[in-house]
Amino acid sequence: MTNLTQMSGKYVIAGIGQTAFGKLPGRTTISLNVEACKNALDDAGIEKDLVDALLVKTPTSAREFMYGQKLAAAMGMRPKIGGAWDQGGAANIALICNAINSIEAGQCEIALVCYADNPKTGNREHYSRPRGDDSIYGWFSTAAGYAIIQQRHMIEFGTKAQDFGLIAKAARRHGAANPNAQLRKEITIDSYLQSPMQIEPLRRDDCCLVSDGAAAVVIMSAVKARDLGIDYAVPILGLGQGQTSAELTNRQTLTSTEAVVSGKTAFAMAGLQAKDIDVVQIYDCFTIAAMMTLEDYGFCQKGQFGAWAANGYLEIDGGLPFNTSGGLLSETGMPGLQLILEGVKQMRGTANLQVANAKNCLISNQGGTMHTHGTLILGA
Amino acid sequence: MTELPHPNITEINKPFWDGLKNGELLFQECQNGHRWLPASDFCPHCLSSNFKFTKSSGQGKLISWVVYNTAHHPAFQNKVPYNVAIIKLDEGPQLISNILCPNEKLTPDMRLRLTIEQEGETYLAKFFPQLHDNHT
Repeated sequence: MTNLTQMSGKYVIAGIGQTAFGKLPGRTTISLNVEACKNALDDAGIEKDLVDALLVKTPTSAREFMYGQKLAAAMGMRPKIGGAWDQGGAANIALICNAINSIEAGQCEIALVCYADNPKTGNREHYSRPRGDDSIYGWFSTAAGYAIIQQRHMIEFGTKAQDFGLIAKAARRHGAANPNAQLRKEITIDSYLQSPMQIEPLRRDDCCLVSDGAAAVVIMSAVKARDLGIDYAVPILGLGQGQTSAELTNRQTLTSTEAVVSGKTAFAMAGLQAKDIDVVQIYDCFTIAAMMTLEDYGFCQKGQFGAWAANGYLEIDGGLPFNTSGGLLSETGMPGLQLILEGVKQMRGTANLQVANAKNCLISNQGGTMHTHGTLILGA
Repeated sequence: MTELPHPNITEINKPFWDGLKNGELLFQECQNGHRWLPASDFCPHCLSSNFKFTKSSGQGKLISWVVYNTAHHPAFQNKVPYNVAIIKLDEGPQLISNILCPNEKLTPDMRLRLTIEQEGETYLAKFFPQLHDNHT
């Protein structure tokens, strides 16, 4: 049996593709997925006929039966392995892991992993949905789950509102510099504190965007990429996953995430620790999610975030550049695949805000209300 | 007036909802002593299906809360700003509910006691702050 560390660097992201982000009226998720996949294949410089696995993350707002097979039909493909996978935003990294495992086992050779959704111009009811029977108490929406976690974090660790603002400020600064970002408007800590309360204690500027768009990556072995003459292949150094109870009321704690678990596997596979990481792309659907993920990876201690991240530490000229294309708060609200694309660009040295001499990039994806988690570490 | 959302009453959770109608907040307890909510037909700890519904003392504490300033459902439009909280019962299980006090009076870990309110055909478990601790 292959062990974890032997897998480090053996597989690569050989191509990336995306659509525009923002309002894309009239486009189906299939149409968006096809565009992103076409761009990823062009980026890798390979024909679709070489792809024998097509793995798609279920569109959040528009679920369809046999979605993976519909996408394959739209692309004129007959993949050996294909289908749609639902675990919220952590599915992107799970699918990359599934692709690698399938290639390693000899079941396929080249995989496309993709995601598309159109809640901006389509149906966004998913995000304000009733949370089961507890909706009789007025318990609605995705944001509320994060808000109740944020409140508990403030209770346990004395976390201040402006600490969350440090995350929003960094993401918004980087998004403002990104010509493809949906929201290009910098903020200050003062303007963050004045942004309207949504579901208290969440402010508007704590919350990610709602966006149409798609992204895709091509996964293959490093050997295969070399054989195909792909110049820009980026090695996958580490991967890890973790999951906890979907019910917030049934968790041991509200203030820890599965980044602890997924990070442990990914760091072990890569032979790296938090202190070795040069740049991060952290799932920032809400600022509390990014804060707890950074704590749980060990970048800072719980309760010390505000002091650690002060003075622009997460900004492009700081100690740990974070979400260098703007993340979910500023580039696009897409659940996570854009963070992987930005990680690939950083490792290629082609990012819009390039971190000089970055040798690795850690990417976090998570889904549900910090229910599922995935960690990906890329190398240069 | 728009009706509140209805709970989805099933064979499994019917004893819980019947309990509220009878003035009791019930949680589940398996033969191995695990306790849980919401209702399920297997213990989420040991997967035992040998369990009973046990009456809670109705005493608990506030773990966390949020305040909605806008309604996500027409039935809550005249309730904003309203709170939704996670309550830990003294027996262990946790649940989602509302605390019946001004939102600015909510404090971490505050002691709570059960009250059952009827809204339409549904009986809801809600909580009041305990103004006096037992030892004062």
